Amino acid sequence: MDKFSVFSARLVEKGEYFTSGHRACQGCAEALAVRLVMKALGRNTIVAMATGCMEIVSSPLPTTAWEVPWIHVAFENASAVISGCESGMKAMMRKGKLPPKKINFVAMGGDGATADIGMGQLSGALERGHDMIYVCYDNEAYMNTGIQRSSSTPWGASTTTSPAGKVSKGQYTQKKDMPKIAIAHNIPYVATACPSFPFDLMDKVEKAAAIEGPAYLHILSVCPTGWRIPSEEAIKYGRLAVNTCVFPLYEYEHGEYSLTYRPHPILPVREYIEGQGRFRHLGSEDIDSIQERTRMEYEKLVKLSEED
Amino acid sequence: MARPMDEIRWQDLEIGAAVSEHGSSSEYKTGTWRSLRPVVDKDQCIRCGVCWLYCPDVAIKQSEDGYFEADLEYCKGCGICARECPVGCISVVIEEF
Amino acid sequence: MAKERKGIEVSLAIAEAVGQADCDLISAYPITPQTHIVEHLSEMVADAHLDAEFVPVESEHSAMSVCCGAAAVGARTFTSTSSQGLALMAEIFFIASAMRLPVVMALANRSLSAPLSIWNDHSDTMMVRDGGWIHVFVENGQEAYDHVFWAFRVAEDPAVRLPVALNIDGFIMTHMIEPVDFEDDELIKRYIPEFRMEKPLHPDNPVSMGCFAMPEIYSEAQMTRERALVDSYATCVKAWEEWAAVTGRQYHPVETYRADDAEYCIVTMGSLGETAMAAVDELREQGEKVGVIKIRLWRPFPFDDLYRAAAGKHTLIVLDRAISFGGPGGPVALELRSALCNSPQAPVVVNYVAGLASRDVTVEDFKAIILGGKAKSAEGDVAGFTFYGLRG
Repeated sequence: MDKFSVFSARLVEKGEYFTSGHRACQGCAEALAVRLVMKALGRNTIVAMATGCMEIVSSPLPTTAWEVPWIHVAFENASAVISGCESGMKAMMRKGKLPPKKINFVAMGGDGATADIGMGQLSGALERGHDMIYVCYDNEAYMNTGIQRSSSTPWGASTTTSPAGKVSKGQYTQKKDMPKIAIAHNIPYVATACPSFPFDLMDKVEKAAAIEGPAYLHILSVCPTGWRIPSEEAIKYGRLAVNTCVFPLYEYEHGEYSLTYRPHPILPVREYIEGQGRFRHLGSEDIDSIQERTRMEYEKLVKLSEED
Repeated sequence: MARPMDEIRWQDLEIGAAVSEHGSSSEYKTGTWRSLRPVVDKDQCIRCGVCWLYCPDVAIKQSEDGYFEADLEYCKGCGICARECPVGCISVVIEEF
Repeated sequence: MAKERKGIEVSLAIAEAVGQADCDLISAYPITPQTHIVEHLSEMVADAHLDAEFVPVESEHSAMSVCCGAAAVGARTFTSTSSQGLALMAEIFFIASAMRLPVVMALANRSLSAPLSIWNDHSDTMMVRDGGWIHVFVENGQEAYDHVFWAFRVAEDPAVRLPVALNIDGFIMTHMIEPVDFEDDELIKRYIPEFRMEKPLHPDNPVSMGCFAMPEIYSEAQMTRERALVDSYATCVKAWEEWAAVTGRQYHPVETYRADDAEYCIVTMGSLGETAMAAVDELREQGEKVGVIKIRLWRPFPFDDLYRAAAGKHTLIVLDRAISFGGPGGPVALELRSALCNSPQAPVVVNYVAGLASRDVTVEDFKAIILGGKAKSAEGDVAGFTFYGLRG
């Protein structure tokens, strides 16, 4: 809760729309992110979810963890499915086949569903301008299938398909910058968030819901299983990702960037990297290079937000 | 109450294998996964609700006296509540069922 | 629209029918030869001739996904595709039927790559034969127009709730100008009442769709699909009877031509039926006891109708417009052999593959196929298939 002047956990929505009994791993910050997103969205929401951890853990027949209407069709198409829900309802309400109602149309997927296999469909949905929110829960690999690398896996992370080895430092590519790709669609709202900063996250969800047109939220969701950290440290590592500027919290609203949280002081990335099993093989020079890149990327972001 | 999976006949399934009993996952008690159990020291607890807010499993409940406690039917024992408690009033102990 | 006869391109007649059906959402991606259908639908929406959402997606995979989302909220939903587009959407094609989402698709049949070919055969639809949809084949513009309404009527019936693929031969039908009797809007409205879906996605009554199944329950979920599709037969027939009652145009799962006393029947699906009938007329004049069996309803497979049509025939000569590579014949012949093998006095099934990628199958070709099939049957040369008209 540090860095928030007003602490108001008890003012948070009490209703739960993603309920207990779901089968997520112990300490799953992605499940926490889903829970917080749903609190901010409330009851009048339809969720289309991509195949992945959250889909599997929440819907084993004959039960569901969802308290709102929810649909899963396949891996890559949550954005197209929610486009259909939104457009179908729009037509039916316009034609008087359904009574008018304000509904949040929300697609959700992991980083694989978003940055890899569902990228084209997400781009299509954002470009068409549906009144929808797309939420990417980024845990930086294909955790559901056993920690394989995605294009959202950061440089140096060892995964089961980017293993560290004698001639490998793990993932050899840089993390794909999905929020910037969303911004390139000229949509009204894009934001990054992390459940370690729950109020910032819920504020952004509420904003995304209030804005007409497509909104994109990119939520860093710490995965203790895949990042090889103790489950109780899931919140801590999310906080470190933000406070080291590895994952800055910002928003892009109607063409303007703003940092919603500026860490002070900025912690060295070493504090974030060390302790995560997926980075265990990295040496000092490697961490220095991550530090340098992190600094450069953050400065670019600061500049963008100051220009605005 | 959903029937156990291996008692369901095909005729019992809803159209398209949909599930209209929303929130029914709560019939599945994830508490059995637990190897560690959080214990709250009420003398220190300031009833802030941080543990409640950060619980990924919706397994912290507020009692009538305002204290927050783990619902052991669902608590998986991840330890986030203990780690995040601002006053350090939650400890984890080894679970013995 | 009032009742009238028009000369119209079949694609446009299909689009007009979707409009008369008061469809809520159309989502499609352009692919030849389906394009005229969706172009005309987008014009109708642009001109407020049809009050619907036209969702122009970036791929066929998305087209089917959008249709699934829209059908899940209870919207009347239509798409159209061909060939590679169907291949790309195949993943979601299977899911649509599993989730019992009553999407209607005009499938302008086209050959599959490679080599790339935009022309007509049935290799695309045979690829998704096992996808759990209702499949119907039509052979002219009137049938195509009529079956748009039939498709919505059957798909959305509470006893069915399955997607329907309306198979139309690409170019040979989609791009032909034909006379079509249009029905008036009131008649259509009575024939297909407003779609009221049981338990759609809506915040007032939250339901979860597309849940995950453990091995203990997957088989049961599959059985619900199988039974739904098999049981839809009754509604398919009833909907044809209702249509006949108001328009006078009667359709059947399996239709025959001069087949009652025939010893040899050519079996076709789709637009080649008319050419086959002309060939049979000529052969009859030569004294050959031949007839035509046309399969209109492909899924659910109309076993009893086939048994009735095949009863007493010496040989069925099946014309397939697709190949089951490495298998024992074309898909239609395979199914007929399988369906008939245990029936008493089962006719011999001889199989020809012809008409791939719109290569002409003329009246003369049909005559050669029928007489060739008769000869093969007499010689006992009935295994596998013959590639008709192949050079080399």
